[in-house]
Amino acid sequence: MTDTIGLVMIVAGLVFDVLGCLGLIRLPDVYNRLQASTKCVTLGTCSILIGTFFITGFTSTGFKALLAVFFLVLTSPVSAHAISRGAHKAGIKLWKGSTCDALEERNKEAQQ
Amino acid sequence: MKSRALMFLAAFAVWCLLSWPPTALQLAAGAAASLLAAAVMGRMFITRHHMLGHPMRILTFIFHYMPVFTWELIKANFDVAYRVLHPGLPINPGIVKLKTGLKSDMGLTFLANSITLTPGTLTVDVDKEQGILYIHWIYVRGRDIDSASRAIGGRFEPILRRIFEEVVP
Repeated sequence: MTDTIGLVMIVAGLVFDVLGCLGLIRLPDVYNRLQASTKCVTLGTCSILIGTFFITGFTSTGFKALLAVFFLVLTSPVSAHAISRGAHKAGIKLWKGSTCDALEERNKEAQQ
Repeated sequence: MKSRALMFLAAFAVWCLLSWPPTALQLAAGAAASLLAAAVMGRMFITRHHMLGHPMRILTFIFHYMPVFTWELIKANFDVAYRVLHPGLPINPGIVKLKTGLKSDMGLTFLANSITLTPGTLTVDVDKEQGILYIHWIYVRGRDIDSASRAIGGRFEPILRRIFEEVVP
C-alpha cells in the first residue's frame, strides 16, 4: 500500500518536473521562466523525495529524503529571488509584452 | 546561551538523521561537530527570544501556515501547468508594488518566500524601510498598490503577523 502511494507521488513529481522544463522553454523572458522552474521544480522534486520516503520507510535513505525536502523548500525561493534581483540589477529588460515595471520606475526616480 | 543550546540540539538532530542508523563513534563525532558549530555560530541562531515563550506562535505556524502554504503550492503548480500547456500562452506579465505591514526580518523573509511559491508571483526586490515588495506577476490583474497587495499578500500576511511580529495588533 505504501509502495503504491510512493510510486504515485514519484510519477506526479516527474510530471510536474517535465512541465517545469517545458515552461523553461516556452515562456519568453528570464522572470517568467524562473516562475515556471521554481514552482514546478520545488513541488515536483519534493513529491519525488516524499515518494522515496514512503517506499523506503524509516531507513537512512528515507531520513535523508525528508531532510532534502526541508532544505529544498527553504532554499529554492531564496535562490529564485537572488537570480531575479541580480537579473534586474544587471539591466535585463522584461518581455516586450509586459504591462508595467514598478522597479524600473523606482530606479529612475532614485536617479533623478 | 539558550540560543547556543538550541542550535546544538538542532545540529545534532540533523547529524543523527543524516548518519542513520547511529553508532557510538558517529554520535561522538556529531556531538563534537555540533558543539563547534554552536560555539561559533550559536549567537545568530535565535535573535528574537520572545518566539520561545509563545507556543501559540509555533502551533499557528504548524497548523495554520503550513497547510495554507502547501495548498497554495499545489495550486501554483496547476496554474503553471495550465499556462504552459495552453496553446495561446495566456500571460500578461509585469512588476507591481506590494505594501506590507510586517517589520521583522523573519516575517519579511517568510512573506517573500511564500509569495514566490504561490500562483503566478515572484519576489524580485524588497524595500525593508518602506515595507514595499516588488513582485513579478505573470498575469497582472490590477496595477495599483492596494488591489495588488490584497490579491497577492492578503492570504499570508495576517497569519505571518500573528506568528512573527512582536506586538500583535
